[in-house]
Formats: sequence, structure tokens, C-alpha cells
Amino acid sequence: MTALATQSETINRKSKIALYWSLTKPLQSGLLLATGLAGYMSARCPIFSMGTLLGLAGSLFLAIAGSTVLNMWWDRDIDAKMVRTKKRPTSAGQVAEREVLRLGLILSILGIGWAVAMNAFYGIIVFAGFFFDVVIYSMWLKRRTCWGIVWGGISGAMPILAGRALGLGAVDWIGITLALGILFWIPTHTLTFSMKFAKDYTDACVPTFPSTYGLGVTRATIAISSVLAALMMVVAGYGIGMTWGFLRLLGVLSAGLLMLAIAITFNPSERVNFSLFKYASLYMLAAMILVVIEAM
Amino acid sequence: MKMSPLDRVLLLVMGILAAYQVAVGIDGFSTVPIIAYTLAFGVLLVAGLLLIILGFEVLDSPIVVIVSTVIPLSLSTGLVWQHFASFRISYLVFAITSFLAVTVTRSIPMQNKLPVITIAITHGIAGMTIFLLPIILSIQGLTKPLFSLVGAGGALIGIGGLLLSFLKTGRPILSREMILKILPRLLLLMTICFVAGFKYG
Repeated sequence: MTALATQSETINRKSKIALYWSLTKPLQSGLLLATGLAGYMSARCPIFSMGTLLGLAGSLFLAIAGSTVLNMWWDRDIDAKMVRTKKRPTSAGQVAEREVLRLGLILSILGIGWAVAMNAFYGIIVFAGFFFDVVIYSMWLKRRTCWGIVWGGISGAMPILAGRALGLGAVDWIGITLALGILFWIPTHTLTFSMKFAKDYTDACVPTFPSTYGLGVTRATIAISSVLAALMMVVAGYGIGMTWGFLRLLGVLSAGLLMLAIAITFNPSERVNFSLFKYASLYMLAAMILVVIEAM
Repeated sequence: MKMSPLDRVLLLVMGILAAYQVAVGIDGFSTVPIIAYTLAFGVLLVAGLLLIILGFEVLDSPIVVIVSTVIPLSLSTGLVWQHFASFRISYLVFAITSFLAVTVTRSIPMQNKLPVITIAITHGIAGMTIFLLPIILSIQGLTKPLFSLVGAGGALIGIGGLLLSFLKTGRPILSREMILKILPRLLLLMTICFVAGFKYG
């Protein structure tokens, strides 16, 4: 009987950890973490420290995961109204509200605290990312205006800026350009989602670009932001001092993004939208890998 | 036909090899070959990524015929520019004209056989150049023996092009399933031949 109870407790603990893990949106958090690490590596620190790199990875992941969990806690009511998100542990009632809030706060405090302890300036940027995401975007603007995504984008751009600032000890134009690259990349992600799940957002009364300005303007915005994201990444790559070979490769990947941006403008379809959405994620991951390889 | 995880892995490896070639494998060449090879391997890379994202359905797009001419045309232009100095300008003119001709004949609806003839001439000349030139050069001792691998890659790209072209005209040499099954393997093998041929040749 005791053995059975212990086994059931172990299973419960495992499933709870799995639920907590899903609350952190591991793929999204992982991609943002990758941008932070790339930002740090791009600084080509004169004294490379594995401890600092691990500290950066740990603190950033905790802060990003914490803000993601807090967003899910705050948005649990609208998530429950949307087909895409109603099965999330928060909206499906698999984890108690207070538990989610506690988890989000613990992760955020640990992440930001660790960041501040490592370097105050770096910690302030990490905190700014957290604040823009949770307070400005989710709590204040998301349900009021479709332009809230700009603030969501700014918070998404903070990890790369924080990483570079930690490496350099300052914010420079390359860091800002890298951050702008991420900021312009984010609409390809969020706006494609808002087109694909337009009904969901309408049902949840969340204003989006498609519902406010129509599909044409949304597609044009996606195309323009993709072009700007690619441009920023190439300029930043040049600023970092990438070799011509790596710049060529970045140019090729950017050309793919531009091609899809043109396709979404002149020959829009669900498939093109989806391919731009997926390609943009691969593009950003590849760009970050290039920055890291180049810096090594 | 659904793409298997193995197909995706093969295409990813192909993409990584093409990326390596763009970033590292063509350093030290002169400007025109660098542009030509960047175009060829860049198209391979982006096409590989789109195949991974969208699956084999992407091959149904009419733009595939136009884009797929870029690879043999630009590869052959790079080879001619590097190894056949007296034909540089004339081949460059041929490559640009052929690409424009393919684009026009595939964009405007035509009842005659002009689109098919244009494709056949373009792929025929470019394919034979990629296939024969490296082999002849290595036999003559003007390049290292392994440069002939580029020719082997040319043969593979020719086979792939033929299979896809006949499939798109509705008279497939092999069944659609079989073509799609071997395509990722063929593309990977072709890219390995090109990358190894340029590196060790």
C-alpha cells in the first residue's frame, strides 16, 4: 500500500513538473534565450567566462519563463475562450491559479535577482524586459489596443540587448540594431497568429491588427517588418564584424525571408502565411547561430 | 505524400552543407563565381528549408520550374567563369537570357511547345556543362581528380531535374511516390558531391 502511494506520488510530481514546464512555453523561451546568448557572444568579450555565460543562461531563462508564466496567469480568462489556448493548464484548470501566480513570481524574482546580482546594468535591462512584457503589454495594453504588440516586441528584444550589454558593459548601436532586428521580427510571428486565429481573438475580445485594420494592412505590415528585420540583422552582422562568407549566408537567408514577404503581399494564402511564420522562426534561430559561430 | 522525419533530417543536412558552401566553401574565388555559387547553393538552402516547412506540396507550385533553373544555370556559369575564360561573357549572356526565357515562357500561358523546348535547351546545356566540364578538367590534370565529383553532382541534378520535369508534365518516368521518396536522398547526395568536389578538387 505504501509502495503504491509512493509510486502515485512520484507520478503526480512528474506530471506536475511537466505542467509547470509547459507553462514556461519552452520553445518560445528557448528561442529568446538563444537571442540573449547570441547577444553576449556577439560582444566577443576579451575575457570569456563560462561562469558568466551559465549565469546569463540561467538568469535569462528564469526571467523569461517567469514572465511567460505570469502572462498565462493574467490571460487565463481569455485563453479559456480561445480554441487554440483553452487546453493550456491555466485555462483548463489543471493547475490552481494561486499556484501559477506563485510559480511565475518565484521564477521572475529568482531570474531578475540573479541578473542584478551578476551585473546591475544587465539586471535593469532584464527587469525592463519583464516589466514591458507583463505589466505594459499583458496587463495594460493587450486588451485595449492592437498596438500593444509593439511593447510585446520591445520586451522580446530585451534578451539580446541584455546579453550584449553584459558582454560589453554598455549599450552600443550594434546592440540596439540587434534588438531592432528582433523587434521587427516579432510581428511576423504575432500578426500571422492573429490572422490564423482571428475568430479566437474576436471571441476573446482581444483587439488585433486584422480586426482593426483588415487583412491587407496586416499582410503589408508583416512584409515590411520582415524586410526591416532582415535589414537590421545584416547591418548588425556587418557591425559585429562578420566575415564576408557569413554575411553572404545571412544575405541568402534574408533573401528567403524577403521572397516570402513579397509572396504574402502579392499572392496571399494560408500556406504562404504559415510558411513565412515558420521560416521567420528558422531565420532568427539561424541568424543567432551565425552570430555565435562567428564570435567563437 | 507526407514527408517522413528521415526525409526532413536528410534535407536539413543538405541545407547545412549548402550553408557551409555559401559561407566557407567559396572563399577566395573571384566575384562572379562567388555570386554564381552563392545563388546556386543559396537556392538549394532556401528550397531545402521550405521543403522541410511545407512538405512535398511546395513542389506543386508553378514557380518551382523557374527557381529550379537557377541552380544549374548559376553553377555552370561559375564553372565556366573559373575554367573557360574565353567563354565567360558568352556563357553569362546565355545564362541570363535562358533564365529570362524560362521565366517568360512559364509566366505567359502558351499552347505551343516553346516552354518545354526552352526548359530542355536550358537544362540540357547547363546540365552538360556541370557534368562534363569538371570531369574533362580532372582527366586533363588541370584540376585534382576529386573535382570530378562536381560532375557527378551535375549528373545527379540532371536526374532530379528530369524526374521532376516529367512529373510536372504529367508523364512521370517513375511514380510520384517513388520520385518523392528518392528526392531528399538525391538532393543530399548531389550537395555532398558538389561540396566535396569544390573542397578537395
